[in-house]
Amino acid sequence: MPTVIMPKMGDAMEEGTLLRWLKEVGDEVNVGDPLAEIETDKVSLEIEAADAGVLTKTYVEEGATVPIGAPIAAIGEEDAEVAAEAPSPAPEPAAAPAAPATAMPSAVPAPAISPTNGRGAARPASAPVPVPAAAATTASGERLRASPLVKRLAAEHGIDLSTIAGTGPGGRIVRDDIAALLTGAPSAAPAPAAPSPAPAAPTPAPAPAAAPAAVVSAPSGRPPGVAREFSTIRRTTGRRMAESKAAAPHFYVTVEVDMAQAAALREQINAQAPDEAKVSFNDLIVKATALALRDFPNLNASIENDQLVEHPNIDINVAVAIEDGLIAPFIPDADEKGLGTIARMTKDLIGRARKGGLTPNEYQGGTFTISNLGMFDVEEFIAIINPPQAAILAVGSIKDVPVVANGEIVPGKRMNITLSADHRITDGAEVARFLQVIKRYLENPLTIAFG
Amino acid sequence: MTVMTYREALRSAMTEEMERDESVVVMGEDIGVYGGTHLVTDGMLERFGPKRVIDTPIAEGGFTGAAIGMAMMGMRPIVEMMTWNFSFQAVDQIIQNAAKLRYFSGGQVSVPLVIRGPNGGGVQLSAQHTHSLEGFYGHFPGLKVVSPVTPHDVKGMMLTAIRDPNPVIFLEAGALYGTKGEVPEGEELVPFGEARIAREGTDVTLIGYGRQVNMLLRVADKLEREAESISAEVVDLRSIRPFDERTIVESVRKTNRAVVVQEQWRWYSVASEVAAILQEQAFDDLDAPVERVSGAEVPAPYARNLEIEAFPSEQQIVDAVHRVLYRKG
Repeated sequence: MPTVIMPKMGDAMEEGTLLRWLKEVGDEVNVGDPLAEIETDKVSLEIEAADAGVLTKTYVEEGATVPIGAPIAAIGEEDAEVAAEAPSPAPEPAAAPAAPATAMPSAVPAPAISPTNGRGAARPASAPVPVPAAAATTASGERLRASPLVKRLAAEHGIDLSTIAGTGPGGRIVRDDIAALLTGAPSAAPAPAAPSPAPAAPTPAPAPAAAPAAVVSAPSGRPPGVAREFSTIRRTTGRRMAESKAAAPHFYVTVEVDMAQAAALREQINAQAPDEAKVSFNDLIVKATALALRDFPNLNASIENDQLVEHPNIDINVAVAIEDGLIAPFIPDADEKGLGTIARMTKDLIGRARKGGLTPNEYQGGTFTISNLGMFDVEEFIAIINPPQAAILAVGSIKDVPVVANGEIVPGKRMNITLSADHRITDGAEVARFLQVIKRYLENPLTIAFG
Repeated sequence: MTVMTYREALRSAMTEEMERDESVVVMGEDIGVYGGTHLVTDGMLERFGPKRVIDTPIAEGGFTGAAIGMAMMGMRPIVEMMTWNFSFQAVDQIIQNAAKLRYFSGGQVSVPLVIRGPNGGGVQLSAQHTHSLEGFYGHFPGLKVVSPVTPHDVKGMMLTAIRDPNPVIFLEAGALYGTKGEVPEGEELVPFGEARIAREGTDVTLIGYGRQVNMLLRVADKLEREAESISAEVVDLRSIRPFDERTIVESVRKTNRAVVVQEQWRWYSVASEVAAILQEQAFDDLDAPVERVSGAEVPAPYARNLEIEAFPSEQQIVDAVHRVLYRKG
């Protein structure tokens, strides 16, 4: 009988408060149905059922606060006796609010709640999944066995142990099993008082391949540099970018796009749209790229376990600069969403990204990334692929330039876009064709609004 | 450096200290006229006379008690137990008096006493004469317990023991009295509470003391020659109490695996203490549970074939190393 647990919804989340049950015991539950409303220290949100059946039992009363991983409900067979058995040693319902704190750790069965949004199996695991010490489970739902050393190294290197097959006794994951993943330098000293051994590493967006490392040593006579620890997000960004550059042979193709029509359309839309739905150039590019990806499944893909996995969904990550790092939340099914929806969602995601209010299911995942430095008057740049994705689009600014049309020089608006692609997956000709399709959408922007 | 035997290193330390300090005397059964059952004190009676090299009756409780009294009065006696098995006769004096008098007296008296003799078995002396007592004596606060293996450390630690103001249990490797090694000239004290890296390695830490250290070094050589070469670090604890936690923890932080070897029985033993320290202080560095290789849980057998089975073997250690490295032997 699947047990629903208090999910971990953010890096710092230790416990959650059950605000309200949205289903009652005895109610039929389908996958994706909202079960309950919970509140963390940052947000309140609904948790959804990952299994279908009947809500047979609730272990937590409304208003109670329980640690992450604590069982909060059970979902049984359609015709199962209501309130059959609690997962041993889960407490009796009467004792529920307080007891799970001590009762739960070693006995949590497969969580029936998935903190991600339950989308297709092809969603790339592009960010490490948090590994809570007490209730870590393998992909098949068994308790995860790993040596203490492996658990520490996994936390330091952001390795998702749930995908690794252990070769030790009882399937214990030992050092040799993860040796190949330990290429990068470990993040220096583990945080001394970190309550969670493995903070969830957000999917950082790729950084422009530029800025050389600061020089620490100084020439004689000059004051010495000041050493500073890297923040977690800086470290995660750096590690993932280094891994990407090391594993994926990058190549780059740039095209120039005439943005005059797109600018005109945007002006027209925004004259009518309410503030929260005003469309940015980036929204147009997100939609154009998502539509183009429909014809290029090869580029809406990732490499996992030496295989190319094409994704049925087109989820576009948008790189957002936040304090001391990057994060790339994504617009799910961007090809199917209207421009207004994309605009609204993007504004919301960027706003919350900067305030630190994103939940992991909003940034762990995505199938293709767009990085836009257009607002900084950058003509063009190249980006590093956001692993394990196939490619990334780097967008420069729109410039007013003189162009030759019908033998005359007239004012024009031009923008350079550069695709960085993984040569293991694709070649120059395909990338060039892909960019031509994006270009065609943007130069005929009604097709974007139409698509 | 001069090369000398383990036995000569002991005699050298005692002789030098007796020449340096008049309060140092040696006493025990057959140590004078006979030169000692193991010839450790051979020639010392002629050199220092019967007032400082004292043959005692066969009465461990009596002469150990007498030595404690001498120590309380300012002498520095060195008591030889013909073997440590006989110290059971003197346990009341050692534990109830020697270990506690400084504490009882609020520091008014101290007991600068060394009790030394061969410890352990393996030479067909049967159950009553085959004991490894480091865990037993290491249990009691107020005693210092050491178990060196090289002639170098035997001499240096005996010098330290004689000068220590507290009772020291000096456990010698009886089977090694004739082994040779380099020993520095003059006063080179080896402090208590400092383990020794006997061999550097990167894949596994082998921890032992006394006679087992030599076996660990042989095993380490063997592991290095295996098809998939294993680099073993060997730590010689040397000092059972006080105990050097830092060296073993640092070694395991490097190698991530540990095998502890001892001749004594496993229950309530030094290896158990080592395993506990490692899980407390190096938990996040361990890739496998700490393995303990110990003597069989039986009174030591007399029959040679059974005695061999009852003691840790090289193969048992190799097997334990393969377990902590998750390799099939």
